[in-house]
Amino acid sequence: MAAVSARGLYKVFGPRPEEAVRRLQQGEPVADVRADGATPAVVDVDLEVQPGEISVVMGLSGSGKSTLIRMLNGLLEPTAGTVHVGDVELTGLDEDGLRRLRQERLSMVFQHFALLPHRTVLDNAAYALEIRGVERAERRRRGAEALEMVGLGDRAGNRPSELSGGMQQRVGLARALASGTDVMLMDEAFSALDPLIRREMQDQLVELQRSLGRTVVFITHDLNEAMRIGDRVAVMREGRVVQSGTPTEILRAPADDYIASFLADVDRSRVFTAEDVMAPPRPVDGELHRMPRAGLRTPLADLLQPAATGGGSVAVTDDAGEVVGVVTAASMLSALGGLPGSVEGTSADISKEAVRG
Amino acid sequence: MAEVNEIVPLPHVPVGDAVEVAVDWVGDVADPVFDAFSTGVSAFIDAFVTLLLLPPPLVLVALLALLGGLIRSARFGAGSLVALVLVVSMELWVEFVETLAFIIGATLVAAVIAVPLGILAARSARASALFKPVLDLMQTMPPFVYLIPAVAFFSIGTVPGFVTTVVFALPPGVRLTELGIRQVDAEVVEAGTAFGGTPRQILRGIQLPLALPTIMAGINQVIMLALSMAVIAGLIGGGGLGSVVVRAISSLDLALGFEAGLSVVVLAIYLDRLTAALGSGTPRLRLERARSLLNRGSTSTEGGDTGSETASEEQRGSEQRNSRRPALR
Ligand SMILES: Nc1ncnc2c1ncn2[C@@H]1O[C@H](COP(=O)(O)OP(=O)(O)O)[C@@H](O)[C@H]1O
Ligand SMILES: [Mg+2]
Repeated sequence: MAAVSARGLYKVFGPRPEEAVRRLQQGEPVADVRADGATPAVVDVDLEVQPGEISVVMGLSGSGKSTLIRMLNGLLEPTAGTVHVGDVELTGLDEDGLRRLRQERLSMVFQHFALLPHRTVLDNAAYALEIRGVERAERRRRGAEALEMVGLGDRAGNRPSELSGGMQQRVGLARALASGTDVMLMDEAFSALDPLIRREMQDQLVELQRSLGRTVVFITHDLNEAMRIGDRVAVMREGRVVQSGTPTEILRAPADDYIASFLADVDRSRVFTAEDVMAPPRPVDGELHRMPRAGLRTPLADLLQPAATGGGSVAVTDDAGEVVGVVTAASMLSALGGLPGSVEGTSADISKEAVRG
Repeated sequence: MAEVNEIVPLPHVPVGDAVEVAVDWVGDVADPVFDAFSTGVSAFIDAFVTLLLLPPPLVLVALLALLGGLIRSARFGAGSLVALVLVVSMELWVEFVETLAFIIGATLVAAVIAVPLGILAARSARASALFKPVLDLMQTMPPFVYLIPAVAFFSIGTVPGFVTTVVFALPPGVRLTELGIRQVDAEVVEAGTAFGGTPRQILRGIQLPLALPTIMAGINQVIMLALSMAVIAGLIGGGGLGSVVVRAISSLDLALGFEAGLSVVVLAIYLDRLTAALGSGTPRLRLERARSLLNRGSTSTEGGDTGSETASEEQRGSEQRNSRRPALR
């Protein structure tokens, strides 16, 4: 079952929202409805987030991402449509039920951190537990544990204002981790950070998510970020999801020119992995044992140097160390160049399914 | 008025008469309530004054100066000491204490009413819209006018002055509480909701603490208004420095008037600076600052002990962090 799912979700701001939804459902263009004074922020969105994956929603500013994510935890009430968290229908809950669901299953990380400036870092990290009524010693223990996880164990006694932006957001992350909820919603969580810190935070998030198995819904306006961390990416435009799929799928076959125009800026070498560009090893490849090795999930960027120094090709091994494919200089170049069909479609997909399963 | 009405023939709308009738009616109906309230208020203020006059004047002066020194700065403490000793030497100490007790009481009552109203106004646009004209009226009505119904209800003495003062000083308390809560970063409040906080938890854990500096600025203004009204209340036998001022006016005694006025100024500045300092940081931060001052004292006496080197090292680190804070402010 999906960890979070949305069906036929609409949010219209402004006067007579229900009527606007009805017109949109009948196929009227968003621009017409907007011209009559309503603001359709989210239009007919379906979303399925599988447990344990990082699901990214990407779109330009104003495309409705924040509105969407705020309907996933009920901060905003949808004009139409339903939201489920696990098997609970969030949209059907009363205030009390909603609060309990938020306490137990949903946490959130904010763009500008939203920490409590008058409390220590530790008290901030333990905030969600305090709300839930966990007793003091226990919540401080769990807060400290979460701070350890994000590398801020030694800053427990500081005030948030004494930390750098990156550290403050780590506290925001620790607060969400300490809450112990299985779903974490992150709205532009890294957008306010310097590029270098941002990169670090992205890596840390992916690492934490792998080890803890949390489900993450991550909002960003940066396609590079989306591709780097997302297991799946949904691209939003004017309130609608215009394409969704794995980063590789989107890179390979952008649904329209709008998305294609974004892709020009994407660092393909960081999105494609060895798995995406390898060909099956041929039995006659006597050279296999002399080739440099790399894991399935190694980004292309990290294959370039071994390939250059190791005779042009790299052998790809699975988690058990078996050679499952070969990446050649030609396959890497065509993947980076973005040639249509340049990536070994079928075989890569099959092995990917096998690995994911 | 009458002349204008002769040029432009308009009937005289008896707004004032209507108010008078209403005030009379309330006075008749609620007389026992007012009496009980009256007794309670005077008993409270009398007890407070008695308590404050229990120690010899210079002891209380020293205590007030010490309080100023701890909460604001040593310099402020020293200044307060000089100014308060001056008041004692002008032989206005009893009146000064009466006015001080009066203002503290009125401010407490005003705050107890104003802060909840401000919270209500911050939460409900309708309440806010309702309060706004009422607060405007309360604040712009010439203060002397309040004295009339107050005397009608409570007759002459401390109590009508007290009630008038509370009513007159209330508005900034409501306004700034509302403003302070509305100004709290919406994302932080959203965080409280997103983690499943109840409105009450969010109010107590997020909105009130973050609005505290603004609320304290409101209380500061309440005190200042209360002080100005306390002097006016001297007209209806409110006691304290106000009565001295009234006596000086009626006998055209410039020397006495100046001394009483100067005492009012001393009280105003003392209360203003003290509450301003309270508002500029959460009490907890101030507590920490006081603690770090104490720590500094204790580490310097333990300077020779080499056994606890790491401990004092750590302490020094935390001191540096703490001592940076006041500098930022
Ligand atoms: N509370 C609101 N009232 C009216 N319009 C809103 C409100 N919140 C968002 N909008 C509008 O909805 C659209 C989507 O906004 P948002 O979800 O914040 O976009 P994003 O997060 O992708 O930048 C924008 O046009 C914005 O102006
Ligand atoms: Mg946004």
